[in-house]
Amino acid sequence: MMTQEMMELIEAAGRRGWMMEPAAKRLLELAGCPVPRYAVARSREEAGKAAREIGYPVIAKVVSPTIVHKSDVHGVELGIAGDDELLTAFDRLFALPDCQEVLIEESLRGTELIIGAVMDDQFGPMVMLGIGGTAVEVYHDVALRMAPLKEGDVQAMATSLKARKLIEGFRGQAPIDMEALAACLLRFSLLVMDLEPYIASADLNPVFCSSKGCTIADARFIMKN
Amino acid sequence: MNLEPLFNPKSIAVIGVSLSNDRHPANVIFSKNQHRYPVDVFAVNPKGGFLQDETVYSRIADVPAPVDLAVLSVRADMVGDTMADCIKAGVRSAVVISGGFSEMGRGDLQEKLVAIAKEADFPFIGPNCLGIFVPSRFDTLFLPSERMILPQTGSVALVSQSGGILVDQMIKFSGEGIGMSKAISIGNKAVIRELDLLEYFAADSTTKVIAFYVEGFRKNEGRQFVTAAVECSKPIVMLKAGKSPAGQQAVASHTASLAGDYDNFRSALMQHSVLEVANDQELASYCEVLSAYNNPIEGRVAIITGSGGHGAIAVDACSAQGLTVPSLDEIRQKEIIAALSPSVQAIASCRNPIDLTGSAADDDFVAAMRLCCKSGVFDCILVLLLPYIPGITSDLSARLSAIAGRERIPLIAYVPHEEKYAMLIDGFQLNGNPVSPSIEGSVLMAKALSRRKR
Repeated sequence: MMTQEMMELIEAAGRRGWMMEPAAKRLLELAGCPVPRYAVARSREEAGKAAREIGYPVIAKVVSPTIVHKSDVHGVELGIAGDDELLTAFDRLFALPDCQEVLIEESLRGTELIIGAVMDDQFGPMVMLGIGGTAVEVYHDVALRMAPLKEGDVQAMATSLKARKLIEGFRGQAPIDMEALAACLLRFSLLVMDLEPYIASADLNPVFCSSKGCTIADARFIMKN
Repeated sequence: MNLEPLFNPKSIAVIGVSLSNDRHPANVIFSKNQHRYPVDVFAVNPKGGFLQDETVYSRIADVPAPVDLAVLSVRADMVGDTMADCIKAGVRSAVVISGGFSEMGRGDLQEKLVAIAKEADFPFIGPNCLGIFVPSRFDTLFLPSERMILPQTGSVALVSQSGGILVDQMIKFSGEGIGMSKAISIGNKAVIRELDLLEYFAADSTTKVIAFYVEGFRKNEGRQFVTAAVECSKPIVMLKAGKSPAGQQAVASHTASLAGDYDNFRSALMQHSVLEVANDQELASYCEVLSAYNNPIEGRVAIITGSGGHGAIAVDACSAQGLTVPSLDEIRQKEIIAALSPSVQAIASCRNPIDLTGSAADDDFVAAMRLCCKSGVFDCILVLLLPYIPGITSDLSARLSAIAGRERIPLIAYVPHEEKYAMLIDGFQLNGNPVSPSIEGSVLMAKALSRRKR
C-alpha cells in the first residue's frame, strides 16, 4: 500500500528521472525494508551531531542530483572513526559537483548481496538476488523471479546461485540469516508491485547480510520516462 | 470464445481458390482435404465455375451446408470484408493464411480484422500462418501432400509462432515416432494467442503434452501465460528463440543490465514449472518421453548396457543433469550375476552401470532388467542397446518393454537410428517406450521426467 509520503517521494524523483539515496532509503523504510540508521547533513555541525547520535564508526556519502554512481567520483567515505575524520570527509564530499547534502550512516558488516528489480515488458515486475559489489556484472551470478515472491522463493533463489556458499556459510563464517533475507525480499517484491507504474528499475546494492540480519546499505530507483 | 469448430470441423470452406493455378495455396488446401480427410470441403471464388469437377461457389453465403471452418487465402486488403461475409453467413471459425499485415507494417489492416472478429466473438488463427493440422482429421497447411512427412495420431499438441519450425518438428516427430494431437501455426496471433491455446489444450482430452515454439510475447502476456501454466496439470514444454541480448542497455542500473529479456523469460518459465528446452532436438525428446509416462521421477537411474563405454558416457550425462546413478549393494549384484548365462557371469559388472558385455544375449538383458525393476533402488531404467552384439535378437526390445509395463517403471532406450535396427526400435516405441538416437538424448529424457510437475 502506497502512503501519501511514498507518493510524494516518487513524484519528486520522477521529475529528476531517478531517486536520490535519502529518498530511496525513506521509501524502503516506509515499505518495511531494513535500512541502516541514517541522517542527512547540510553543514559540519549537522554532520557532527548526526554522527554522534548514530555512533562511530560511520560512513559518509555524497548526495548530488548529478552523481548517479557515487563510487565513480569517490563519493563515499567508509569507517569514519571520530569527529576530525568526519569533518575532513564532510568538506571533501560537500565540494563534489552539485552536492546538496551529505548522508551519514551507521557502518555495516557482512556479505554483500545485490537485490534488484526491473519491469519486464512481457512478464511485468521481476526481482533479482545476487552476490553484490561492483563486480556483479562481471560474474552475472543472479537469480530472477516474477514478483510478488512467495514463501520459499527466496530460498530457491539463494540455492540457485553459483556462489550459494557465501550465503550458506563458508570458511567458518556463519550462514546468513535466511529469515531476515526472505522477509526483506518479500517486502521489497510487494513494494515493486506498487511501484510498477513509476519505476523502470531498482538496485539495492549492496545489501549487507550476516547471521544477525540484513540491511540495505545503498539504494537507487530509476524512474520511468 | 469457442475453439471447438477450429479443431473439430465437419465442413471446411477454402476461400480464394484459383481457377487457373493448381499450385495456389488455397488449391493445395482444397485438394488435400478433399482427397485425404473425412471432412466436407467447399471451394469459394467470386468468379464461380468448377475446380476438379467440383462447384466453385462465388460467395461463402452460397455454400449449401453449414461451414465450421473457413480458410481465407485472399489478398490482405480483402481479408476483412471476406471475414465479415463469413460471420454473416454463419461460418463458425477461420484460419487466415494470407500475409501482408503487421509483419509487413500494415498493423491497421490487422486491427480491422481483430475488431471484426472480437465484435462477433469469432475465433480465427493467424493471419500470416499455416494454420492447423489434426492427424487423420484435416489439414490447412498449404504444403503439397507428396512433399510432407506426417506424424501419426498421438497426444502432443504443438503451437508454433513459425510455420517453418512447425513443419520441421512434424517431420522430426514422424521420424521419432512421436504422435501428435494437433499442430498449429499461429502466425501473427492477432486474436488467438498462446494463452488461449494453452487453456484449450489443458481441457482437450486428446492432448497429454502441450509444446510451444515462441519468439516473444506481447506486453504482459508472458505473465498471463505463466500464471495460467501453473494451473495446468499437463506438462508444458517451450522452445524460445531470440535469446541474445537486444542491443545496448542503459547502464544506469546494474539490475537492468543483469536482467535482460531472456534472463527474465527463462526465470519466469522456471518459476512456473514451464519446461524450457534448449533446442529442437530437446523439444522432440521431451515431447516423446512426457507423452509416454504420466508420473514424475526423482531421478534414480539404472543403466543397463553391453558396453562399458556407453555406461560411462551415460553416467557422466546423468551427473551433469543432476540425476543419480545409485550403486547396487553386494547382495543385489550377486543376485543379478547368478541370473546371467555362464559365459557372461565372469565378465559382467553389475554395480550400476550394469555392463553385460558384448557376450550378452537377450536372456541376460531380460534378467538384469527384471532384477533392476524389483530392486526398489531405481525409478527409471535406461537401456543402451547395441544391436550389433551377436547375442541380441530383434525380440529383445519387446521383451524389455513387457517387463517395464508390468513393473510400472519408465524405460528409456538408446538404439542407433538406422534402418537396419528398425525392428528393435519399433519393439520399444510401439509398446510405449521412448527411444533416443543418442546416449545423451536418452539421459535428457530421464531429466524431462524428473522436471515434470509433482
